[in-house]
Amino acid sequence: MAESIKQQLVISGLGGQGVLFVTRLLAEAAIEKQLPVFTSETHGMAQRGGVVLSHLKVGDFTSPLIRPFQADGLLVLKLENMARHGFFLKPDGWAAVNANADQQSKIGAPVDADRLAQKISNPKAVNLIVLGWALKTAERASSGNRLFCSYEDIKSVLKNRFGSQKKMLRASLKALEAGYNAKEK
Amino acid sequence: MTERRLLLGNEAIARGLVENGCAMATSYPGTPASEILAAVAFFQKQNRISMHTQWAVNEKIAFEIAYAGCQTGLRTAVSMKQVGLNVASDPLMSAAYMGVNGGFVVISADDPGPHSSQTEQDSRMMAMMAKIPVLDPDSPEQAREMIGLAYEISEKYKTPVMLRPTTRVCHSRQDIDLRAIPENNREVNFEKNPARWAATPKFRLQLHKELEGKLAAIARYRASAPVRLNPGAKGKKVILSSGVAAAHTREIMKALKLWSKIPLYQIRQPFPLHREFVTRLLKNYDDILVIEETTGVIEMQLADRYHVKGKLSQTVSRVGELSPEKVEEIICGFAGLEFRQFEPPAVPGRRPTLCAGCPHRASFFAIKKAAPRGIYTSDIGCYTLGLNLGAVDTVLCMGAAISQASGFYHAYKNEKKRPDVVATIGDSTFFHAGVPALIDAVVQKNKFVLVILDNRTTAMTGSQPTPASGIGAGGEPLNAVDIESLVKGCGVKFCKLGNPYKVKEFTALVKEAVAYSRKHGPAVVISRYPCVIDMLRKGETGQYIPVEVADTCDGCGYCIQHFECPALIYHDDEDRKYVTIDPLLCIGCGVCLEVCPKGSFVIKKN
Repeated sequence: MAESIKQQLVISGLGGQGVLFVTRLLAEAAIEKQLPVFTSETHGMAQRGGVVLSHLKVGDFTSPLIRPFQADGLLVLKLENMARHGFFLKPDGWAAVNANADQQSKIGAPVDADRLAQKISNPKAVNLIVLGWALKTAERASSGNRLFCSYEDIKSVLKNRFGSQKKMLRASLKALEAGYNAKEK
Repeated sequence: MTERRLLLGNEAIARGLVENGCAMATSYPGTPASEILAAVAFFQKQNRISMHTQWAVNEKIAFEIAYAGCQTGLRTAVSMKQVGLNVASDPLMSAAYMGVNGGFVVISADDPGPHSSQTEQDSRMMAMMAKIPVLDPDSPEQAREMIGLAYEISEKYKTPVMLRPTTRVCHSRQDIDLRAIPENNREVNFEKNPARWAATPKFRLQLHKELEGKLAAIARYRASAPVRLNPGAKGKKVILSSGVAAAHTREIMKALKLWSKIPLYQIRQPFPLHREFVTRLLKNYDDILVIEETTGVIEMQLADRYHVKGKLSQTVSRVGELSPEKVEEIICGFAGLEFRQFEPPAVPGRRPTLCAGCPHRASFFAIKKAAPRGIYTSDIGCYTLGLNLGAVDTVLCMGAAISQASGFYHAYKNEKKRPDVVATIGDSTFFHAGVPALIDAVVQKNKFVLVILDNRTTAMTGSQPTPASGIGAGGEPLNAVDIESLVKGCGVKFCKLGNPYKVKEFTALVKEAVAYSRKHGPAVVISRYPCVIDMLRKGETGQYIPVEVADTCDGCGYCIQHFECPALIYHDDEDRKYVTIDPLLCIGCGVCLEVCPKGSFVIKKN
């Protein structure tokens, strides 16, 4: 039942990586599914090239912020932020982390989003690749931690968003797919 | 079915304004309030609403324009950040006495943390000082609702009403159902009444008496009274909370299974606190905890030092944001539950920095070359980050770069060795509060250089137009004020224009200005190049010079330390130290070609 869904996600990256865009896509997916949603984001001085963190809460919540060890899932667009924001994750939560082959990420599921982005000639698409990967990662998570939305739901959000901009839509769907179908190392 | 849409807190506030018939909305941009006016202008355009929206030159002017609107019977609003209210405090104090005709909402967004501000001041204290009621929303949804309540109180009691959201309300997004926007068919009618609208001190005393009467009545108004959120809970302990702290408190009390054990009241109107509620509270409970941001405004009105815990009793921290984990700790302490302390890991941070290709970086580099041992006064904006480059020594408040430069000049003027003083100020900030300070400097013949960093936009807050832009809040064409003529009109004799991207020429220009200022008085250099983010948003392209690092780079680190462009990456390998350029971040400004002392930045062949 939709009413019982309560999920908290943390999305972490650096300024310019598109953290807020990913957060919005997930929030819009929640709205399409008639679920109440909260997000919280960074603006102004705090945004200039620094660390960007956003919180997303779907379901019956009143506070826009997530406490430590409460997040069901973590999307990390830059590996160094795992050390900064890993503490939000609850012990059995999942983490989709952008890391290359040389970098060992102790927690979570690593995906080389930087390399995949170069491969599809869309270096700015790291955010969508990690999102695609998160959708796959969450599918494999234990039943209590599955994501409130699916790969198909996010595709539908992208279609609504870029309806008239065919080129943008194609590029976005391609990036999402690259992440969704990536292989874990 | 109503349409549900994801709205930023500031957009929800804007929605509340247009849904409640606001006919005039003014603002000066400032984080976390900036998106309010932009969203009003958006809804105005989208729904073809007949109303006036504008970015004013500063908050005082924004306030006065919107206030005049309410004097004619229209519903109006002014929005700003908390330090902006300092600038608008002069009209605020007086408007409280005179009252309103149509409803008037003053939106002042606080920034506990602080995330993007000079202070953590609590605008609710300003409301207390002015003696006007203030509402404290806990979410975007409630902020939208409270606009309606604010107009209701404002028109019922003929007083300005403050809405005080905080960063976490302004910059949260929530799904909100959009309601219809009513036709605005109010009559515009300014009824002359000099005894009120132009009151002399004798009448002011009378107005002050009336104001006290209004406050006493508002403290009995039911619609804004505290709300008991968990009627089932019983006990001798009670928690009061307001703003986003109340949102955290609700969730945390449920998680800690205290929901049915400790009564919780949400205070929607922290000032004036409802009198009957206070009496009942002090009578019924032994232990009262108040959780609020950022000063103990509710707490101090409870006037009981034995049973009340909060900021004044130091139970709640007086500084910093009340994060949910802090709220949890406070509640656990109050309820006698164990709390597991947790310190987030201290990971060496990435400090905020000017963007790759930012023209300010080039200006600062030139200023440091031209006046190497100078005193550098600066101001509020992206260019505050010039402190990373050692080119910013002081930042006080809007416009102070110029008046502080004057102050430093006067302090040193009788010394044998006088340092050169170079002030930097952005274009929008110059208009906001810099002009009177410049006139003062001309009159006093103060010897310093002022560099106006003219990037044609209010960059830090998200590219709002400046008075020099010639466009309005909704993109409509307006008049533009020319900065150079304005500077000359202030009486400045040395005023020259330069392009900071042309590093050599620009450095020579600043040197010339320094030499002039030592002899004659204030010299102004206008450093003109558009903000690169603003250009990107408008789909414009600047010059592109492909740069690479030659093999001559020995990794001395000069460019990293003195230029700090985020596109420059320093490699400290075992066998070799060197710099490379990040092709994703580099925008090809070519300024670094002039930065390396060894000339290791070179134009890429082909």
